[in-house]
Amino acid sequence: MKPKRRRLYLLLAGLGGLGVATALVLKAFNDNLVFFYSPTDLKTKTIPPERRMRLGGLVETGSVTREGATIRFRITDGANAVPVVYTGILPDLFREGQGVVTEGALATDGAFRAASVLAKHDENYMPREVADALKAAGQWKGASAKP
Amino acid sequence: MIDLATFANPARFSRIAGRVFPWAVGATAVLMAAGLYFALFASPPDYQQGESVRIMYVHVPAAWMALSSYTLLAVASAVALVWRHLLADVVARAMAPIGACFTFLCLVTGSLWGKPMWGTFWVWDARLTSVLVLFFLYLGYLALQNAFDDPARGLRASAILALVGFVNVPIIKFSVDWWNTLHQPASIKLGGPAIDASMLVPLILMTLAFEAYFVTVLLLRMRTELVRGKLRSARLRAAEADEYLPNIGKPA
Repeated sequence: MKPKRRRLYLLLAGLGGLGVATALVLKAFNDNLVFFYSPTDLKTKTIPPERRMRLGGLVETGSVTREGATIRFRITDGANAVPVVYTGILPDLFREGQGVVTEGALATDGAFRAASVLAKHDENYMPREVADALKAAGQWKGASAKP
Repeated sequence: MIDLATFANPARFSRIAGRVFPWAVGATAVLMAAGLYFALFASPPDYQQGESVRIMYVHVPAAWMALSSYTLLAVASAVALVWRHLLADVVARAMAPIGACFTFLCLVTGSLWGKPMWGTFWVWDARLTSVLVLFFLYLGYLALQNAFDDPARGLRASAILALVGFVNVPIIKFSVDWWNTLHQPASIKLGGPAIDASMLVPLILMTLAFEAYFVTVLLLRMRTELVRGKLRSARLRAAEADEYLPNIGKPA
């Protein structure tokens, strides 16, 4: 019984220490673990222009304009919005009200020049009829997008 | 009340496993057939993802199995280290490759799903990266286990690795809540799933099918491990007996 007890306590102590160490490391690296910045982060954190980074949020409704292959839109998180310029192919899910993550750099004129645009989708899954019924009943909580 | 030690006896385990095995095979076949039928034919396309949503019925159960297998691996390793129980070692050793396969399936299907939906096969966000680390933990576990001449030492070293790697499991689970990720948050959560019932049925069926498959392969692999262990000790005994025999008929 004795050595088993000792091994058990040793194991629990080891795991406890490991857990604390991991939590501290994750806390310290919190900023680097963020996959993208929100428009509000862009305002509050001083990120130098021309530094490559990712910007994520919702495509502001009514902000999308196209000139040939170049597309301009604004990314919003509800509080702040940043204009984005992108030339290239957009993912199928891209539309107004949809979550997107863009990679690029902030230009000196305040616009974000995106080199790539990725679409983010939410955790809700439903058939089209259910989505339409929810919208008709005014119960829609998801993206304002029309499929 | 049944004592846990009842199942801990390898001979008794083999008998019970032999009885459970055909049922596990049958359950896998039935659940997999029903699950695939619902996943591919009898469920509606998603309102925004269309037909691509069907990848979810393989991807999500694979991810759950990858995480729960690792949790079981860590528990078995802890039992093996503290109580030095033979069957705990056998469970851990038998299940690690199965968990690794589920993790690989999760990564591949996720990548194939990511391209049409997100627009990319892979990004280094917290969720994707931590699952890749899980895959490497499984591979590292297997490599370390087989790196020793003495299997007992390999088992102890790899059990410690499995326990240390367990910190990754909560990181994977909560990565989508703690940090901004491209991967969306969990759909199945407390307070009701964010999945329509017509899509939840194939998801649950496929999960049960994966569970049954897991049990089937695990039982098969555990029995193989037990036989291999017996074979090894028989060989060792034979070799030992050989040492004391006069060197008749052996090359000089």
